[in-house]
Amino acid sequence: MIELTNPLLLAVILINFFTLGSARLGACIRVVALQGALLALLPLATHGMSGHALILGAGALLLKGIFIPTLLLRAIREVRIRREVEPIIGFVPTLIIGALTTAGAFIFADFLPLIAEHHEGFYVPTALATIFTGFLLLITRRKAITQILGYLLLENGIFIFGVLLSAAMPLMVEAGVLLDLLVGVFVMGIVLNQINREFSTLNTERLSALKE
Amino acid sequence: MIWLVGGILLTALSGVPGLFFQRHGDGGERVACLLTLAGTASGLIAVVSTLCSGHNINLDLIWSIPGATLALHLDPIAAAFLLPLFLVVATGSVYGLRYWPQREHPGNGRKLRLFYGLISGAMILLLTARNGVLFLIGWETMALAGFFLITTEDHKKEVNRAGYIYIIATHTGTLALFAMFALLGHTSGSLMFPDIQTLPIAGSTLIFLLGLLGFGMKAGLMPLHIWLPGAHASAPSHASALLSGVMIKTGIYGLVRLTSFFAEIPVWWGWTILLLGAISGIMGVALALAQHDIKRLLAYHSVENIGIIAMGLGLALLGRSYHLPLLVSLGLAGCLLHVINHGLFKSLLFLSAGSVIHAVGSREIDHFGGLLKRQPWTGVMFLGGAVAICALPPFNGFISEWLIYLAAFQPLKQAASTLGMAVLAAPALALIGGLALACFVKVFGITFLGEPRCNAAAHAHEASALMLIPMATLLAACAWIGLLPTTIMPLLRGAVAGWSGSSATTLAVDTFAPLGWVSMAGWLLLSLLIVLGLWLHRRSHNAPRNIGTWGCGYRFPAPRMQYTASSFGDFLVQLFNFGLKSERHGGKVSGLFPSGAHFSSHTPDAVLDRMLFPLFRGSAWCCRYLRSRIQNGEIAFYLLYVVLTIIALLTLFTL
Repeated sequence: MIELTNPLLLAVILINFFTLGSARLGACIRVVALQGALLALLPLATHGMSGHALILGAGALLLKGIFIPTLLLRAIREVRIRREVEPIIGFVPTLIIGALTTAGAFIFADFLPLIAEHHEGFYVPTALATIFTGFLLLITRRKAITQILGYLLLENGIFIFGVLLSAAMPLMVEAGVLLDLLVGVFVMGIVLNQINREFSTLNTERLSALKE
Repeated sequence: MIWLVGGILLTALSGVPGLFFQRHGDGGERVACLLTLAGTASGLIAVVSTLCSGHNINLDLIWSIPGATLALHLDPIAAAFLLPLFLVVATGSVYGLRYWPQREHPGNGRKLRLFYGLISGAMILLLTARNGVLFLIGWETMALAGFFLITTEDHKKEVNRAGYIYIIATHTGTLALFAMFALLGHTSGSLMFPDIQTLPIAGSTLIFLLGLLGFGMKAGLMPLHIWLPGAHASAPSHASALLSGVMIKTGIYGLVRLTSFFAEIPVWWGWTILLLGAISGIMGVALALAQHDIKRLLAYHSVENIGIIAMGLGLALLGRSYHLPLLVSLGLAGCLLHVINHGLFKSLLFLSAGSVIHAVGSREIDHFGGLLKRQPWTGVMFLGGAVAICALPPFNGFISEWLIYLAAFQPLKQAASTLGMAVLAAPALALIGGLALACFVKVFGITFLGEPRCNAAAHAHEASALMLIPMATLLAACAWIGLLPTTIMPLLRGAVAGWSGSSATTLAVDTFAPLGWVSMAGWLLLSLLIVLGLWLHRRSHNAPRNIGTWGCGYRFPAPRMQYTASSFGDFLVQLFNFGLKSERHGGKVSGLFPSGAHFSSHTPDAVLDRMLFPLFRGSAWCCRYLRSRIQNGEIAFYLLYVVLTIIALLTLFTL
């Protein structure tokens, strides 16, 4: 088991770094799609070929690996942007912060009061690292489309946590999480078009008129 | 018991029938006045029968509110607070018939009477409650009804401001009391008041401090008096009399009741209250000297008198700590008697000040003058009240302050100990008395003597009989306690015994304080004064009546050349400038033939205007700055806050 899952999780972490360091939106979307696809393998690798794991994996593959990335690729084609320019924090500093948080996640996971079988393997640190990478993307990037990627990464992190528990967690909850994500991305997609039409840019900084 | 409950209900609901009467008719006010009189009479019967029979009455009924029972209890301590209450409420409601008639105030007359009754009933309830929840219900009803009394004229801006400050202060106090009763209930095991001297000293520090904050806020001890001057100045005069004469005493009642629960009293409790009392007394009277608004001035005198009362309580607490029964009985007797006395003479002063305000239409002392010729009876009433508040014989203020003086000298009998410092209470008291005398010479002189300073004062009319009779009743009560102090002693002896837990016979205050002699001297003084007055009257009855007051050699004196309130008090105000920091504007003249110049002086409150307002303004600015920094509209920052929260929570749960 461990032999298969650990490379998977390491690949997930590498993809995290790639999204943090890359300015090309198309590549970022494809890479996140790849991460979704890898994660679809994770339940199977962890729990074996059970029905529950199959449905979970298939759902993840369809939504994260195929459907949402397709939507996003179409969106960037329509709004004609390719690159994330001028992020709030530059690419190299983000990468360094990402590396630090990943290291922190690995250290931190040792202190968490987990049951023994969850301590082995990279599940918990990877999940934490992915969640923080998602947040980092959300915080440091200006373009709405990168922020969607951040949400996706966030969800991927939660998904990794969920895999640990999927034996105990009912299918409905998993389905709910995936549906949530889908709806979130839809809404963001609509918002994306509206921002673009209104300001002819995708920078979210313009959306601050409602502050007190 | 039925009398007491009847009294509470009748008084509390006295304003309700008035709501159904005509807006411009006077039926409602008469009914309210009658109901109030009936309610106070019924309560008086309950108190007197308790005092005469010698055993306390109790009522215990189950109540559905958790922790609460309808437990009423009437003992001499409560009686000492109830007696002035009944008199002040009854006289105030009669006075209100002419001072605030429905015809002249169709907009707020009914509201005033409704809440006047409600606050009186709530005060009787809380003074007799023996259960924490019941006490707090009475307390909060009183506080809220007080707010509506203060904001009777809610179309005026400064009245609303005073009411707002009051409601903030009173709710701060109530919050402290909620915490205090919760802790008290935790210590004693139930929300009923514990028996006297049963609670252990362990864990009592917080209870005492919370009680001091909550009750001290209501009583108006010096740093906590912020609400008092504005509130008393804004309310109608008979409501001010009730607030100042009775309501602030509920804070003292709370402190007296609270300290009676504990088996041992730590030494610092007594010192704290003694010190706060001395500060309140001295600074209160100094601030009063600097005021030009007659009701604000009287309100600061309430702070001063609360200080004197607190000094008595502090000495009694020191007596408990050092096990000196004589100090306990003299201090507490002085404290409680001054509670009664202040209730009487302060109401008298507020009512007679109200009569002056009603006639002249202004609260500024500098608008009055020469009123003794136009309002002779009001002037006599005010003079009586002023003599009483300055603690001069033959009126009642002298008796209570004398008891506190005696208590302050008790520590001298002890061999050298830290208690000896308590003797410094005597010079503090003497300073307060002297300054109070100066202040009332100022008020009486500027208001009633000299020549009228404005047209309205020149055409002032004497108050009607319905306003004079309540004042005369209060003056008679002041004189009664001053001339026959022995008649009030059984009540005080019972209260001291009920507070300190020893039997009444061992604590005969009057054996140590020869009140019989005092009373004799009072009569002698009174008869001497009468003889002197008659002689002067006979000598001067041929003298011309219509000449002006001596004009300092000016050929053509004008009323504006008279001493003003500000110039009269200036010397003393300058002495206390370190604490008052009066603001003076203008007044400089230059050259041989100077053109017209203006001078005005103003003394803001030492705590409210100098400390709290700048503090609150500063913190409001800080909060606004932080808000504009934290809530800056950047989504990235909000997400950062989410991350930081998650990290903090994770760290918190792991460690």
